[in-house]
Amino acid sequence: MASTGLVPDALRRKRTRERLRTLGFLSPWLVGFSVFFGYPLIATVYFSFVHYNQIEPPEFVGLRNWKYVLTQMPLFGPALWNTLWLVVVMVALRVLFGLGIGILVTKIKSGPGLFRTAFYLPYLAPPVAATVAFVFLLNPGTGPVNDILGAVGLPAPSWFNDPGWAKPSLVMLSLWGIGDLMVIFMAALLDVPREQYEAAELDGAGAWGKFRYVTWPFLTPIVMFAVVTGVVQTMQYYTQALVAGKLASGVSIGPGTVIQPGYPDHSTLTVPQLVYSLGFQNFNTGAACVLSLVLFVIAMAVTTLLLRKRAGLIPAED
Amino acid sequence: MPIPRLRIWLSTALAGAGLLVPGCANPGVGSAHDDPAEPVTLTFWHGWSTAGERKAIDDSVARFEKRHRNITVEVVPNVTDETMNQALRAGGDDAPDVVSSFTTNNVGQYCSSGMWVDLDPFLKKTGVDKAKVFPKAFLDYTSYQGEQCALPLLADSYGLYYNKDAFKKAGITRPPRTMSELKRDAVKLTRRDGNGSYQQVGFMPDFRLYQNSPDRMFAQWGPTYFDANGKSRLADDPASKEFFATARELMGAQGGYRPLEKFRTTFGDEMSAQNAFLTQKLAMHMDGEWRGLMLRRANARFAWGTAPMPVPDDQADTYGRGYLTGTVAGIAHSSRHQNAAWELVRFLTVDTEQVVRFANAIHNVPSTHAALKSPRLDTDPTFRTFLDIAQNPHSVALPPSVNGGQYVTALQDFSYRVEAGQVRDLDAGLRGLDAQIDSDTLQSEN
Repeated sequence: MASTGLVPDALRRKRTRERLRTLGFLSPWLVGFSVFFGYPLIATVYFSFVHYNQIEPPEFVGLRNWKYVLTQMPLFGPALWNTLWLVVVMVALRVLFGLGIGILVTKIKSGPGLFRTAFYLPYLAPPVAATVAFVFLLNPGTGPVNDILGAVGLPAPSWFNDPGWAKPSLVMLSLWGIGDLMVIFMAALLDVPREQYEAAELDGAGAWGKFRYVTWPFLTPIVMFAVVTGVVQTMQYYTQALVAGKLASGVSIGPGTVIQPGYPDHSTLTVPQLVYSLGFQNFNTGAACVLSLVLFVIAMAVTTLLLRKRAGLIPAED
Repeated sequence: MPIPRLRIWLSTALAGAGLLVPGCANPGVGSAHDDPAEPVTLTFWHGWSTAGERKAIDDSVARFEKRHRNITVEVVPNVTDETMNQALRAGGDDAPDVVSSFTTNNVGQYCSSGMWVDLDPFLKKTGVDKAKVFPKAFLDYTSYQGEQCALPLLADSYGLYYNKDAFKKAGITRPPRTMSELKRDAVKLTRRDGNGSYQQVGFMPDFRLYQNSPDRMFAQWGPTYFDANGKSRLADDPASKEFFATARELMGAQGGYRPLEKFRTTFGDEMSAQNAFLTQKLAMHMDGEWRGLMLRRANARFAWGTAPMPVPDDQADTYGRGYLTGTVAGIAHSSRHQNAAWELVRFLTVDTEQVVRFANAIHNVPSTHAALKSPRLDTDPTFRTFLDIAQNPHSVALPPSVNGGQYVTALQDFSYRVEAGQVRDLDAGLRGLDAQIDSDTLQSEN
């Protein structure tokens, strides 16, 4: 009886020590998660139900903030549309272009380092500087691009000054800075076993066949990674759109100037810009938090959908 | 067994964190019980950024410190309203004591939120009769619903700058006084090259150009933005439709929105040597009184003059009016040295010698009766035009609003759509604008 009683106690103490040790190792992550994700999320939900201008105490207002954002803000629709458009178009084109460039630089026989460097360096350009350069180059009145297009008789769009061309211009800017995806795809491509290609050649597969049956299956996890991270990043698209819109508009920005972002005609307005404008210019904290939550829900839904699709692509034996 | 306990613990921690939200977010509370005669260091934030402006402010502060040996002022230049707003909301020791804003648009927000303290108690206890010191128009744009949370720190009035050489070449003998004259002269002054591209536009009506924000030209109609209940009434005011119709006519008469917008992309920065009026791409331009000093310093290669902006044809007797705005100064609610801060605010805004010297230094309109009449003011006729506009009884400033300039932003946004030809039904558009402004106002109220 006595020996039997000792064993449970000892085991219990051992398990307790193990759990405490585990908790100890987890604590840095737990603290970070709580401080930078848990608390902000709780706070955002809380503020979405209060009127709070960051000076006077918060006042509970129920669903008024939600009603305001979803039914009374004329810019909510355009901002959401633009954000989703960029998510679909920019992410898709970036993945395709990044994959294409990745294939290109792995196929080049001579001077691959030069091409890799040439494609990677734009990625290192600071976003604001890159955007400023693009707005300058694509200025319809003074930019060299339109001068060249005009000289060779091609139509010259107004780019960042045209509502129909502003978002495509932003896409072009993001494709120029494709270096990050190029590196990722290049690494994945170089990791495909060479014997797989040899076996495919023996079976008579051509270039497309080798890509379809050998390269692509190896790339699908990387593609999904690129898509998921691209979606999340583009949901938060802010800097390039804001800078491009403000510069292209030509509106003088002074200390007292408050300009609605999104020039021209709200075509570059994204939800994050609206969140900032509401929260830190108008100090409409509740409405800003509602917008943030809408963005969060959409991002989670899209990401969950993508991850679920990815799961279905993994063969059972893997 | 331990897992549920961990979940409970985590849930409790997160819930507790949520409860801390309002407490953590509240800014510090200031104090008006300091002794202004005790040694103290004040922080003064302002928006001026050019070398000349900063020197003028620094000289002003030096004069103040010489008079108040116990007060030291740390000056922080080139501060935007956005930065100042966020600092005051965050509170803490880094927040400024004396604040200023380049625009009157946000005064309503500063007053209604309590960000800037009510100055009436300070005015009274130091014997300053604000109604006698400041012109009514300037007092109106520095208060909201009876609360005087700011005072005018120099003012701005808007008028017309015109290229005399271009006028002479086009056979025009004087600046336009009515909108129909403006349109006529603008057409005469518009020049194109052999390819049909613009070389010069008479008057660029594009609302995004430099100081062409729609509220400034709209002032020539003397609009009434809000009714007695604070509701937006732009759709009910005939001035609104007339204003937009005039803007459309100006646009159409000079080639239309698309060509003018493209031409605008060739204009340089407003505050640079590539300013479009300075480079003679514009023959006429609406700007504030500060432009004259810049033109002189840039050694403009043409003769130029100033005049009030034209007025509607059916209001010809109001010619001489213009849009008014200006820099405003106040005391941050979080300041713990509000009495000392008041000494600085009073010096900068009330002291006649100081106001005149500062106005001359940065070519601004002085904001007190005494300074406006001072013989030591700059006698340049092109500058005097703006002094006259500032004192014209028909000149108007924007009414303050609980959410600051948000209604102005909404008006701007609507105006951009109108000039681009996207608003087919102007009546319906204006009603929609009123509804939006009203919902924004309601959202900002407690």
